[in-house]
Amino acid sequence: MLAEYALLLVGTVLVNNFVLVQFLGLCPFMGVSNKLETAIGMSAATTFVLTLASACSYLTYTWLLVPLDLTYLRTISFILVIAVVVQFTEMVVRKSSPLLHRVLGVYLPLITTNCAVLGVALLNINKAHTFSQSLLYGFGAAVGFSLVLVLFSAMRERLAVADVPLPFQGAAIGMIAAGLASLAFMGFAGLV
Amino acid sequence: MSLVDTQPVLAALIALLGLGITFGAILGFASIRFRTEGNPLADQINQILPQTQCGQCGYPGCKPYAAAIAEGDVINKCPPGGQETIDALADLLDVESMPLDAEHGEEKAPKVAFIREAECIGCTKCIQACPVDAILGAAKVMHTVIADECTGCDLCLDPCPVDCIDMIERKTGIQHWRWQLPSDNIIATDRAAA
Repeated sequence: MLAEYALLLVGTVLVNNFVLVQFLGLCPFMGVSNKLETAIGMSAATTFVLTLASACSYLTYTWLLVPLDLTYLRTISFILVIAVVVQFTEMVVRKSSPLLHRVLGVYLPLITTNCAVLGVALLNINKAHTFSQSLLYGFGAAVGFSLVLVLFSAMRERLAVADVPLPFQGAAIGMIAAGLASLAFMGFAGLV
Repeated sequence: MSLVDTQPVLAALIALLGLGITFGAILGFASIRFRTEGNPLADQINQILPQTQCGQCGYPGCKPYAAAIAEGDVINKCPPGGQETIDALADLLDVESMPLDAEHGEEKAPKVAFIREAECIGCTKCIQACPVDAILGAAKVMHTVIADECTGCDLCLDPCPVDCIDMIERKTGIQHWRWQLPSDNIIATDRAAA
């Protein structure tokens, strides 16, 4: 039982990493990875939202959509759930850390449109996960996202001072670095 | 369940509506529960600003400028605070520090207003101009400056009809004394040459 959960966690964090293997949630990945502090703040916010959203959407699906035979409404309901969770998170962050709220700026409401969040909610249904599995899957996806975001922001901070040829400067070298990081994560394939 | 079988569209609508109302109620509760009093970030910025209330930044005082910074204004509009304040703001807001914007004035040594009392005609115009109520006096009576309250903002100079106010340098007391730092190149280095 425990081994199964551990395997699920490792599988989501490393092997099926949402950003670098499944290519979900690329917009915040490129957008917020310029500075390490911002990346850490964004990771924390996304982890909170992802875990909560996957749990909430599971509950909505099993207790509302399945009994009423309305499973075809899952996408729109999940978007509703995610929007509420993000809005809630924004209120909490604004209250608890106004500085983080300012630093995250527009990216905090943009978690709503982070494809990883909706992706996790829909994949939970597709893979017929139980509640605890859904929670763990969402958390694993968030940890994977955070890991990649923090690693990549550290890399971009190095790139900012590196002597990059003119045509590759800025976003171009960022894209190349992301591609190489993705290749590196392919190495985890077959681990689980 | 019969409604679901006979009127599936209506059931779907009701379900979504119920979901929307529930979530709306949660958010409504959260917005009251997590209400922020004023703007906490602006308060933090306001504490860094020198509180001269001089208006050289283009805002009526330090607090409005703090609110403007919190909304995204640049941090280098405060001449009385000087580079020290800009650095502190840059540190708080996690942005790059920048030199003082010369358009709003330049950094000067701290000053204090002094009224040459023999020439004062008691017009009270400087009292009205003073943003921190540091001038004491009444109509047709000699005025004087409470030196501890004066922020050296220069705002009383213009209204004075007889030009009897001087800005004199604030004497270095034990509260304002700074250690004299040695000049930059006390250690031999080739860094500047490279």
